[in-house]
Amino acid sequence: MKRGISYTKAFTTLLQRDLRIAIRHRGDIFNPLLFFILVVTLFPLGIGPEPQVLTRVAPGIIWVAALLASMLSLERLFKADYNDGSLEQMLLSPQPLVILVLAKVFAHWILTGVPLILVAPLLAVLLHLDSNSYVALMATLALGTPVLSLLGAIGVALTVGLRKGGVLLSLLILPLYIPVLIFATSAIDSASINLPYSGQLAIIGAMLIGSLIMAPFAIGASLRVSTN
Amino acid sequence: MWKWLNSYADPERSYKLAGTLLPWFVCLAIALIGVGTTWGLLFAPMDYQQGDSFRIIYIHVPAASMSMAAYMGMATASFIGIVWQIKAADWAAASIAPIGAVITFIALFTGAAWGKPMWGTWWVWDARLTSELVLLFLYLGVIALYASFEDKVLAARAAGILAIVGVVNIPIIKYSVDWWSSLHQPATIKITEKSTMTGDMLYPLIINIFGFGMMIGAITLVRFRAEVLARNGMRPWVRALATQEVSK
Repeated sequence: MKRGISYTKAFTTLLQRDLRIAIRHRGDIFNPLLFFILVVTLFPLGIGPEPQVLTRVAPGIIWVAALLASMLSLERLFKADYNDGSLEQMLLSPQPLVILVLAKVFAHWILTGVPLILVAPLLAVLLHLDSNSYVALMATLALGTPVLSLLGAIGVALTVGLRKGGVLLSLLILPLYIPVLIFATSAIDSASINLPYSGQLAIIGAMLIGSLIMAPFAIGASLRVSTN
Repeated sequence: MWKWLNSYADPERSYKLAGTLLPWFVCLAIALIGVGTTWGLLFAPMDYQQGDSFRIIYIHVPAASMSMAAYMGMATASFIGIVWQIKAADWAAASIAPIGAVITFIALFTGAAWGKPMWGTWWVWDARLTSELVLLFLYLGVIALYASFEDKVLAARAAGILAIVGVVNIPIIKYSVDWWSSLHQPATIKITEKSTMTGDMLYPLIINIFGFGMMIGAITLVRFRAEVLARNGMRPWVRALATQEVSK
């Protein structure tokens, strides 16, 4: 069968479609972001407002909140397409599923990961994050949030056909998120005491490349299972 | 070779094969664990630093190494099930998962009980311990995913993909003690070089590791047979089996 359009064209078409849909439902972009901000503001209220304490725990709080926010927003990644049948059309289309899946995950990252990265420095100010750590925070978020989207998409693809997939989703993907969390917070901690943190960044980068290559296949296989 | 192997994809034959293998696994498991544990607990020399409390090693190390081995077994079975569409492999994967979860829990629990007198703490957030905890979560995720699908063929596919993705964690557990400066000691049993442990302590440990392997094999076979019967309840041979049991 002829493919009709090129891979690049297929990728950009799906990307534009997903972005356009999201812009027309603005709540979908802002709600996870608000959740992120709210979770972060809960911590100073819970553990006390002393700047020293907050400085110490700030990287962890920001990253854990980012994990939770990305997980919340992931649920919708395939849900609407699954419900209205367009997901099946994507599976049936002559384009390789890997390309389509990558476009969807990339759109998801632009809509949830990027706003998160942009808001993070603001929250870091609220949490008295050490001034040395800002670059590290941004760098780990920039490299780490795409990994979250890619790994999370595997879990979403596995549970999209289930009616109550929400709690199950967290059980499936939070364990997979743990390595990212460990290296990201360790990089920020190193930065705060003026130690080099390029090693941790390199590992997160390796995770990004590894998941970029392998996750789309797992997502595609999972989608085929779920739409069966 | 392939033809011979493939004939065991048939549920009835694999059920019968599991039945024939079961007594061997049970006998070997009882014998090996019996010998290894008695030797290890009663006759092995005392550790010069840790005294008698090191003896928990005879449970902890076999459980920990088998938790990884069981995971690899489950992932391999899932892979076979997904690639060659062999349902018997899916059932095998589904029957290993809960056993693996329990054995991982045993490894974590005995590790905590050993850590309290030796390290002075039940738990540290250390690479080896954390990655083993992640392994437990992976097992639980596979079990939960398998349970949440009505259609068990789909359930096995979905859980299988998760199991295969989770294999990433296995080398992390194995090498965590070499890659990170960890409170957990590095490996003492080495296959290619001389082990850093005296023989009288080492042999019972190795016997127990094999014993635990046999035990997991035996429990897997029991669960596998139950799984085969549960998934093939409508088949004539299962019905014949059931009526045979009743008339006996």
